[in-house]
Amino acid sequence: MSRIEVVSLVKEWNGTRAVDNLSFVVPEGTFTVLLGPSGCGKSTTLRMIAGLEDVTAGRVLIGGKDVTRADPAKRQVSMVFQSYALFPHLSVAENILFGLKVRKIAAAERDKRLKRVAGVVGLEDFLDRKPAQLSGGQRQRVALARAIVAEYPVCLMDEPLSNLDAKLRGEMRSEIRDLQRKLGMTMVYVTHDQTEAMSMADQVVLMKDGVCEQIGTPDDLYNRPSTAFVARFLGMPPMNVIRLACGAQGCRVAGLESDGSVTVEAGDGWLLGVRPEDIALDPSCGIPGQAIAVDYLGADSVVRIALGEQQIIARVAGHCQLGSGQPIRVSWTPAVQHLFDDQGRRVA
Amino acid sequence: MRIGGPVAIRNQVYGWLLLTPAAFLLVAFTHYPAVATLAQSFFTQGTALHPSKFIEFENYRFMFDDPVFWKVFRNNAIYSSITVPTSIAFAILMAIWVNEKLPLRGLVRMAYFTPTILPMIAVANIWLFFYTPEIGLLDQILGRFGFQSPNWLGNTDTVLGCVIVLAIWKDAGFFMIFYLAALQSLPVELEEAARLEGASRWYYFRRVTFPLLMPTTLFVMINSLINSFKLIDHLFILTKGGPDNASSLLLYYIYEVAFSFLDQAYASTLTVVLLALLALLAVGQFTILDKRIHYR
Ligand SMILES: Nc1ncnc2c1ncn2[C@@H]1O[C@H](COP(=O)(O)OP(=O)(O)OP(=O)(O)O)[C@@H](O)[C@H]1O
Ligand SMILES: [Mg+2]
Repeated sequence: MSRIEVVSLVKEWNGTRAVDNLSFVVPEGTFTVLLGPSGCGKSTTLRMIAGLEDVTAGRVLIGGKDVTRADPAKRQVSMVFQSYALFPHLSVAENILFGLKVRKIAAAERDKRLKRVAGVVGLEDFLDRKPAQLSGGQRQRVALARAIVAEYPVCLMDEPLSNLDAKLRGEMRSEIRDLQRKLGMTMVYVTHDQTEAMSMADQVVLMKDGVCEQIGTPDDLYNRPSTAFVARFLGMPPMNVIRLACGAQGCRVAGLESDGSVTVEAGDGWLLGVRPEDIALDPSCGIPGQAIAVDYLGADSVVRIALGEQQIIARVAGHCQLGSGQPIRVSWTPAVQHLFDDQGRRVA
Repeated sequence: MRIGGPVAIRNQVYGWLLLTPAAFLLVAFTHYPAVATLAQSFFTQGTALHPSKFIEFENYRFMFDDPVFWKVFRNNAIYSSITVPTSIAFAILMAIWVNEKLPLRGLVRMAYFTPTILPMIAVANIWLFFYTPEIGLLDQILGRFGFQSPNWLGNTDTVLGCVIVLAIWKDAGFFMIFYLAALQSLPVELEEAARLEGASRWYYFRRVTFPLLMPTTLFVMINSLINSFKLIDHLFILTKGGPDNASSLLLYYIYEVAFSFLDQAYASTLTVVLLALLALLAVGQFTILDKRIHYR
């Protein structure tokens, strides 16, 4: 009974819309990630689900009950704040147990849960410390522990891993995911890190300027981006989106002569998406361009290439030895092409 | 540069010259009077006929046998132990209240702060109008409901209470400003986190707000304690310490001894005792409370 439904949610601040007509459903026991660039309204959405922010319009349902105007305490949700929100004068243990004490849960049960959750987040040795005596990552884990220990059916997390180092972040990612599965929590997780979104989510809600760009599985978003924005947002490095110029003789890369023609049926000003890893470099055949720079990453290299005044990125195996300014030809098969109209909406 | 070389000496002289004006003022108006007061408390009051002479602790012995001193001391103890906690409690309450999003918040804040910017003499005059028999505000209101009110300032039972109410009225708004500043430095997420956990406002106040306000409370407490010993302006207007010393406080008594009875020596003795008392209280508060306070 913890399915979350967000229906046409709107949040306005003095006339400006931070969240604009957002709707999505988080099925019970699943993991949804709110993804998007900074300032797109992710935290605001999360806070409206928690009840910490008044809703301008629309509804929030948890477990089928309309909680749009309900008190946060009545919603049975736990939350990890972007700024941790730890009580500075309480020890780690007291911080974690704060809510359980409020709810008058028996001391024995509290100790049991504390031990378990401290083990999960690796804070056993820090239980007596004050938050000020912890590193940023340790504080984040206390916040995480405080949310987990509540054992509420719904858990909201606002960038809970943003301050951890890469290794710990990877570990915590799978810890959170395992925990969520094991406890059957319904999770809404905010991040602007696409790796986190892709690796953890059952469902991703990708937002931009308060508007939902696409909802779907990580697979959907990666393989069938519904807008050019989504295409550009996902992938490392992100998808190339090339502007086309189309006329009677077919389509070309905008700004190039007939040697820049591509096999696609499109209108003038449409956008063509190709992932960097799908681009082949070849000295002899394909669209002519110039190498600009090469970033060597070990297993592969990321090559920046100028096609006329547009730039694209190609990802090739091994150490690419192209020098700056060197002419090169690029090609790809029609099967890997994504096509967007002049408004950036997916066509094929 | 060699140590003790001519340049070093010149620098030293230069430094001392820069310090001299400030040092002179400090010594003349702070250190010398303090030491002189202490010294004077061991002498008799000199007159033309009887030059002052050293009498060791005779003044202090006299003080211990002085019933007025004990009365005034008791008054001050009651006065302090009521005004300090009460004005702190009011200050916290008001600060929390004006920290909320309420209409005309700025106006309300200012209203609470007004007593602070009024001079104590003006405050005393206002309250004199409240307390005056027959024409005073209190009498008029009570009279309307058919109550017979006492002569507030003329009665030994009520006069100290009247002075206490005035002091609280004056202090609470001032301390509110400190609490308001402290409250606004608390991150709002703390309250949100507590709300999500289902903590009531009282529980949150008791477990989070109040402990986090402790540094402010310590500061305010010491200030208000010192105020309760050193602010006596209102007594000049309201009661002159009477009737029968029922509203006299230590400092007022010192003033009377020094300038009405012209006994500088005994006044010095009382001053030394007052200072020692204040120092003791401040040290006590710091050492006891400091350990239990969380500083951010
Ligand atoms: N209290 C507020 N008053 C006015 N505008 C606000 C307020 N809080 C947020 N905003 C605005 O709403 C928009 C969305 O903010 P929000 O905090 O939801 O972004 P976010 O997606 O969480 O960003 P980030 O990834 O940086 O945390 C921003 O443009 C922000 O300026
Ligand atoms: Mg945010």
